[in-house]
Amino acid sequence: MNSLLKNIIRFVLFLLLQIVVLNEVPPVHRFIIPYLYFLYILWLPFSINRFSLLIVAFLFGLSLDYFTGTTGLHAAPCVLIAYIRPYLLNLLLPQETIEQSYAEPGVNSMGWAPYAVYVGLLTFVHHFYLVLIEWLQFGDFVYFLGKVIGTTLVSFMMIVLSELLFLRKGKYRTNAS
Amino acid sequence: MKNIFDFIRRHFTLLSFLLLQIASIYMLTKASTSHQSFFSAKMSDATSKINERYYNMRGYFFLRETNQQLAQENARLLNLLGSNISAPDSTVQIVTDSVYKDSLNKFRKYNWLPAKVIGNTVSLQTNFLTLERGRLQGVKKGMAAVSPEGIVGVVVDVSDNTSKVMSLLHRNSRVSAMLKKDNNAGSIEWDGASPYYLLLRNVSKGAKVIKGDTVVTSTYSANFPPYQIVGRVAEIDADPSSNFYTLKIKTAVNFFTVQFVYLVENLRYQEQFDLENNNSKTRE
Repeated sequence: MNSLLKNIIRFVLFLLLQIVVLNEVPPVHRFIIPYLYFLYILWLPFSINRFSLLIVAFLFGLSLDYFTGTTGLHAAPCVLIAYIRPYLLNLLLPQETIEQSYAEPGVNSMGWAPYAVYVGLLTFVHHFYLVLIEWLQFGDFVYFLGKVIGTTLVSFMMIVLSELLFLRKGKYRTNAS
Repeated sequence: MKNIFDFIRRHFTLLSFLLLQIASIYMLTKASTSHQSFFSAKMSDATSKINERYYNMRGYFFLRETNQQLAQENARLLNLLGSNISAPDSTVQIVTDSVYKDSLNKFRKYNWLPAKVIGNTVSLQTNFLTLERGRLQGVKKGMAAVSPEGIVGVVVDVSDNTSKVMSLLHRNSRVSAMLKKDNNAGSIEWDGASPYYLLLRNVSKGAKVIKGDTVVTSTYSANFPPYQIVGRVAEIDADPSSNFYTLKIKTAVNFFTVQFVYLVENLRYQEQFDLENNNSKTRE
C-alpha cells in the first residue's frame, strides 16, 4: 500500500483508538492512564524529513486536543518526541544500512533491543513532558513522579502488546517502489 | 543579512520545533487561565459532530440506566404534585394564595432546559462535557448543568449548536455547597484523584457532620439552584491545625454514564454577578 495513504489511515485509527476506547477506560488508579496514540509518531517512516515530521506531530497532537478539550496539552509532547526521534534513530541504527532496506522503525527493521530502547526512551520523554505541563498548572510533586512512572510503564506494556499482536511486516524497500 | 538567513537555514528544524512548542504552550495557558477554551467555533462544531455520532451509538448501551433515572425522577416529581395532597375531612377551606403565584413569569428565577450529552471525559485532570444544545437554543455561559442524579458542572463555552461544560471533575472547578441537615456551607473542589469522589473544603468545625450526610448546593451559588444534590459524605478529615473540615464526598452522579442533563439558567445571574464583583465602590 502507498506509504502516504497508509499513514493517513493510521492517523485516523490511532486518534479514534485513543478517543473512543482508551479515554473511556475507567481509571484503575489516578496514576494510570493508558496512552497509545503517540505510537503513530514512532511508526512514521524513516524517509520523512524533519520539518514535515514536526508538522505532522503537531497536527496529530492538536487534533487529539480538540477532542479532549485541552488545547496544546498533547501537541507539545508530540512535537518534542518528533524533534528527538531522528537523533535517537541516528544513534541506534547502524549507519546507512537499515534505512535503505526498511521503510519504518519496527522490531524487524531494528531488532528487539534497539527498538525497545527507542520506544522506551521516547515514551518516557513524552510522558515526562506531558505530566510536567499538567503539574505546572496544578502543582503536586507526588502526583508528578507517580504519574510519569505509572503511565510510562502502562504505555510501554501496551506498545509491546500491540507489537506482538499486529506483526507489521518489515517490508524490504525494493527499487521498484 | 546573509548571516541571518544562513543561521535560519542551518537551524531550521530547531527553530520550527521551538515555534511549535511556543504555539502549543501559548494555547494551553490561554485556555486554562481564562476558562475560555481556545476553541474556534468551527473546530468545536467539527469535533462535536464526530462525538455526536459516537455517543448516539453509545447511548444504546445505557438505555436501561437512563430509563431508570428518568423513571426515578418522574416518580419524585409526581410526588410533588399538589393533587397528591388532600385532606379527606377539611373543616377549613383550603385557599390558594395566588399573590405569589407566578402567573406572569414575573418572579421566575430558574429556567430548566434539557440537553443531550454528546461528549464526556473522566480520566483527565481537566474534564469537560459537550452538550448538543447551543447559543441558538438559548444556552449562555455560566449556566449550571444538573443531571437527574445530581449536579454535573458549569457551562464555560458556547457555540451555535453545542456547548461545553466544565465538569465537577476539573481541577479549576469550584461550586458552593452545604450540608443538607444544618446548612453549613463550603466549597466543592476536585483533587484529581478519583472520579467517584469530590472534596468539600472549608466546612466549619462547628458542624456536626457524620458519614453519610447529604451534601446539596448552597443558597449562595449564583449558577446553581439551591438544594440540588451533590453527593454524600464518605470520609471526614479533621486537620487539627485548622478550623475547618475537609470532607470527601461520594458523588451522586456517576460521571461515566451521564447521558442527559438539564441546563439551569438563573435569570438574575447577571444582576447578582455584577453586584458581587463590583468592588470599586465599597473600597472608597
